[in-house]
Amino acid sequence: MNATSPLVAPGADARARALTLPLDQLDPADPQGFVDDTVGYVFERLRREDPVHRSHSPVPGIDTYWSVTRYQDILHVDSHHDLYSSAGGITLMDFPDDDEQKLKMFIAMDPPKHDEQRRAVSPIVAPANLNNWRDLIRERTGKVLDSLPRNETFDWVDKVSIELTTYMLATLFDFPLEDRRLLTYWSDISTANKLTNPDAPEPEVRMAELRKMLEYFTRLWNERVNEAPRSDLISMLAHGPATRNMGPLEYMGNLVLLIVGGNDTTRNSMTGGVLALNDFPEEMAKLRANPALIEGMVSEIIRWQTPLAYMRRTAMADTELGGKQIKKGDKLAMWYLSGNRDAGAIRDPDRFIIDRERPRQHLSFGFGIHRCVGNRLAELQLKILWEEILKRFERIEVVGEPTRVRSAFVRGFSKLPVRL
Amino acid sequence: MPKITFITFDGERRTVEVAAGTTLMRAATDNRVDGIDGDCGGNCACATCHVYVDPTWADRVGARTACEVDMLNLVAELRDTSRLACQIDVDASLDGLIVATPESQH
Repeated sequence: MNATSPLVAPGADARARALTLPLDQLDPADPQGFVDDTVGYVFERLRREDPVHRSHSPVPGIDTYWSVTRYQDILHVDSHHDLYSSAGGITLMDFPDDDEQKLKMFIAMDPPKHDEQRRAVSPIVAPANLNNWRDLIRERTGKVLDSLPRNETFDWVDKVSIELTTYMLATLFDFPLEDRRLLTYWSDISTANKLTNPDAPEPEVRMAELRKMLEYFTRLWNERVNEAPRSDLISMLAHGPATRNMGPLEYMGNLVLLIVGGNDTTRNSMTGGVLALNDFPEEMAKLRANPALIEGMVSEIIRWQTPLAYMRRTAMADTELGGKQIKKGDKLAMWYLSGNRDAGAIRDPDRFIIDRERPRQHLSFGFGIHRCVGNRLAELQLKILWEEILKRFERIEVVGEPTRVRSAFVRGFSKLPVRL
Repeated sequence: MPKITFITFDGERRTVEVAAGTTLMRAATDNRVDGIDGDCGGNCACATCHVYVDPTWADRVGARTACEVDMLNLVAELRDTSRLACQIDVDASLDGLIVATPESQH
């Protein structure tokens, strides 16, 4: 692979196409650009020529939307939650209001309800609480790494990234460990969308599976609501004044939020880091020479991967953004993936550099009141993973192309063949 | 240059000199003061520069801004004296200011 940037590497054709198509045909939400990792060319052009860009998607339910592609504009939208609401949903797909598929979760709410529900779960992943998890994460990470095969090709996504994030979720929920892969399954099911991915299950099948998830979690809720409050998330939701009267759909929505939020994201940064260090061997050499760089590298991995490519907002009033007239009710995608490659905000953004100045100034966690509640936990998991990797392995060799997820929202991998 | 004292949740004091015109958040991150991260770079958008202003300084530091009220709504350990350091500009009138950082930011 080319050593400049996986986001701007494969397919000269794709680049030529992105640079020459009439602007009004550029539709960055087309998942194909994520499958072949060529969407970066589209963003490169939009940032330069049309940073706030209107597209018409052929996908029903997405239709017309704005793309916000520059760092500062994204920061502006993200931090003006009164003008740019989350209550219309956080992905571009619209569902009718009474649709069962439209899950209720606090990330897709505005204040004051958002604030109340968020405050009910935020203590569990707050920095002060992380010390409770540190040793357990390290022990489980070590076990998973010690069990990996040597001198044979295996899938890093399945054996490491999924395994570790699922362990972590099961720990946070105090979920039966032997059933932990159900969490991964439910996470995948909840973000599956038949309209953009032909391989996804039918909507009825999806809802049936999510109802099974709800049954499972309702059982856990009922157990914990009758016990003294504990420090796991379900107990916190069952006893918290802002959450203990949630209806079933709201409970399910918030579970999905925490499962996807804690699963798809960190999982893909765990894989993306291996790929980035493989593509930039000089950075790997730097890391070997100075393991203290891990902390800053973790933030750089999260910037580089941007595991959630965008968040959607809905304009609450007519307004102007980047010289464009935005109408009340218009939807906007804040493309974190693009803002994280904006040379106007980040120096040399198409290079993976593990010792950047102010490495936490990236958009991957969002900014404003919806900023990722689990960001410090995610950083801790990645930090421990790399500390334990450096103790054990000389190198992780990527021996084939990654398989990328067909989604413009979750920017991730389903496979990465490696060898130790 | 104005001197600012930061106190960690477990009582450790650190005094730094700050050029007037700097925000309190930048003063802390430039001097690697523990307990202040400033992830968003001073845009009132991450609430990782939460401080408690010593009550004797409250009047001189002034009131919270609107965006600050929204962000502080989300923090653990909110108090009457809570402010975001990125929203406080340091000038000569704040020479001697004392602020504490919350445990949740360490």
